[in-house]
Amino acid sequence: MIQKFLYLEWKAFFRSASFATNLALKILMGFVAAYFILIFLALGVGAFYILKKMNLDPIVTVNKFMIYYVLMDLIIRLLLQKIPVMNIRPMLIFPIKKATIVHFSLGKTVLSFFNLVHGFFLIPFSVVLIIEGYDPVSVVLWYTALSSLIYINNFLNILLSNKDNLFAIFLAIAAVLGGLQYYGLFNITEYTAPFFDAIFNTYWAFAIPVVALIALYYVTFQYFKKNLYLDAGLSNKHDVAKTEELTWLNQFGTIGTFLKNDIKLIKRNKRSKTTVGLSIMFLFYGFLFFTNAIEVYNNPVMHIFAGIFVSGGFLITFGQFVPSWDSAYYPLMMTQNIPYKGYLSSKWWLMVIATIVTTTIASFYLYFGWQVYLTIVVGAIYNIGVNSHLVLLGGAYTKTPIDLSSGKGAFGDKKAFNVKTMLISLPQLGLPVLMYWLGAKLGNPNVGLALVASMGVIGFALKNKVFSLIEKIYKSEKYATIAAYKQKG
Amino acid sequence: MIQVNNLSKTYNGTTVLKIDTLEIKKGESFGLVGNNGAGKTTFFSLLLDLIQPSTGNIVNNEVQVNTSENWKPFTASFLDESFLIGYLTPEEYFYFIGDLRGQNKADVDALLATHEEFFNGEILKNKKYLRDLSKGNQKKVGIIATLIGNPEVIILDEPFANLDPTTQFRLKKIIKDLADNPDVTVLVSSHDLLHTVEVSDRIVALHKGEVVKDIQTSEETLKELEAFFAV
Repeated sequence: MIQKFLYLEWKAFFRSASFATNLALKILMGFVAAYFILIFLALGVGAFYILKKMNLDPIVTVNKFMIYYVLMDLIIRLLLQKIPVMNIRPMLIFPIKKATIVHFSLGKTVLSFFNLVHGFFLIPFSVVLIIEGYDPVSVVLWYTALSSLIYINNFLNILLSNKDNLFAIFLAIAAVLGGLQYYGLFNITEYTAPFFDAIFNTYWAFAIPVVALIALYYVTFQYFKKNLYLDAGLSNKHDVAKTEELTWLNQFGTIGTFLKNDIKLIKRNKRSKTTVGLSIMFLFYGFLFFTNAIEVYNNPVMHIFAGIFVSGGFLITFGQFVPSWDSAYYPLMMTQNIPYKGYLSSKWWLMVIATIVTTTIASFYLYFGWQVYLTIVVGAIYNIGVNSHLVLLGGAYTKTPIDLSSGKGAFGDKKAFNVKTMLISLPQLGLPVLMYWLGAKLGNPNVGLALVASMGVIGFALKNKVFSLIEKIYKSEKYATIAAYKQKG
Repeated sequence: MIQVNNLSKTYNGTTVLKIDTLEIKKGESFGLVGNNGAGKTTFFSLLLDLIQPSTGNIVNNEVQVNTSENWKPFTASFLDESFLIGYLTPEEYFYFIGDLRGQNKADVDALLATHEEFFNGEILKNKKYLRDLSKGNQKKVGIIATLIGNPEVIILDEPFANLDPTTQFRLKKIIKDLADNPDVTVLVSSHDLLHTVEVSDRIVALHKGEVVKDIQTSEETLKELEAFFAV
């Protein structure tokens, strides 16, 4: 039976629309994966000696911060890890035991990249420990326990994948704990480190996470087995709908018509809500740059990078998928009397308003000084003037249909946000960093800022030109886009 | 109203549609019948410029559809659920289409009021988004939306499929009323010969992409079609 499932999985993977059309992207993602694997490997081998050099006991130090490692892992999973489940509905009526279906679906997640990547850190680190003369049994038990914790996260993510915005809650918890510890108010590691130490120092404590993992697997299994009905776990959630008129937008004419739609689009779909959540995260991304949290980040060139990100989170994450947001009903849009200009303008205004709002909220960065906030404002100007056009331009060629309602119960086949999305948005940051670097090199940082801002102003002046260009692309790509949006999955 | 010239559509060497010439007059109620794969949806997609013709063209009210977009203001269509916006309520969807067709809220409300019977109380004020409606109810919304803004050409692909018997009956009345209006050209496709015969003044049968029958509807039409399709 399992062989048959594997056969279906194989077919599903190689026949998915995204696989055929985005081979280049797949290769790029392969490189990124390889990069992360290398980093983890280096970390695993090097961590021991680096800590030793800093006169810290490696295992004690690692155990101390392990709670954050595990928490961050869970947060990243909640945000990024897709739940790879096969299309279960058609299986229900065949003579296959429900237990088999659930075991297979859960078992598949075990092989996810998000689990395997930890091996690249934990295994080398454990090997180094043994080489350095630690008790092999302790090390193996410690390794087993930590792997169990990683897999506990894996199944927690599956159980929690139906809930919206949980990752934000966990992120807030991690941030608060980290902040309390940083300012010496409360130190969570004092309570958790003994547990991780016990795993290493005793022969029995490792059993706690292992037993917890087995129990959690059992709970997850039972939960899905019980909910393996079309009107339970496999059902589509129905929201109570409320008609909204948003009449105040009528004064904006055609743009208002589309704006009304876009606001509803964002409010009522899981995918777009995730995008908004993500742009809020980008808003706080600047802390990594403007505090001394990471030293290499704290230089002016990286600051302009942060300025773009902080003010443009929404613009980047939303804009690059115009017109894919409307992919589900693209034929309708193409047969109605729709002026492309109005359609584009509406999306553009949405991004501009979001950027202005974000920049206003970001005024809390004034805490770090005027220069920092000025950098963010310049980033916003560049975003409005140049990046808004770039993302729309890029979007005109993007032909990936978007499944707006990806929250299809626990066994839904897509998570709202994925790694690809991030990859596409990276090139838009290179140019301002370069301009700023040039300006700073030739004059001083303020010249750099002025250069970036003036690029934004020039871009803004060219708005009409860019819009007619995008309009032309839309028209020439029309048939290909309609055909591409018809393919699902 | 609609003039088809040397139209053909070919995918990888297979011709799926080939119509040398076909003229649909203004005010005509035009029925398109045929088996699966006969080319009905392909023809409508070409008429709506959703796909490109391999050869030839279609002229809709003196506008060649694949070179100009000026056919859009007077043409309304509903082919499938990709013509619906899932995250809107039916009301919002009607007003959106109304906005695009230059109709204000009152105009749309007046139109909806006349079709309350057709909706059968399952569409309006139901606190559901279009994506959560059943297939049949989605279809009702799509069909009525094509009537907004008094279009001159109305194109409906398989409008009777998925509808319950009562609604089918009511839909026939709606289409007949449209057909009685000399300014409105209605194009309907269907697998169902009886329905098509009842609502159309002229029926064209497609088989493997070609026109095999082109008849003005009369009492014998149904028998003739049944004889043709009973292989």
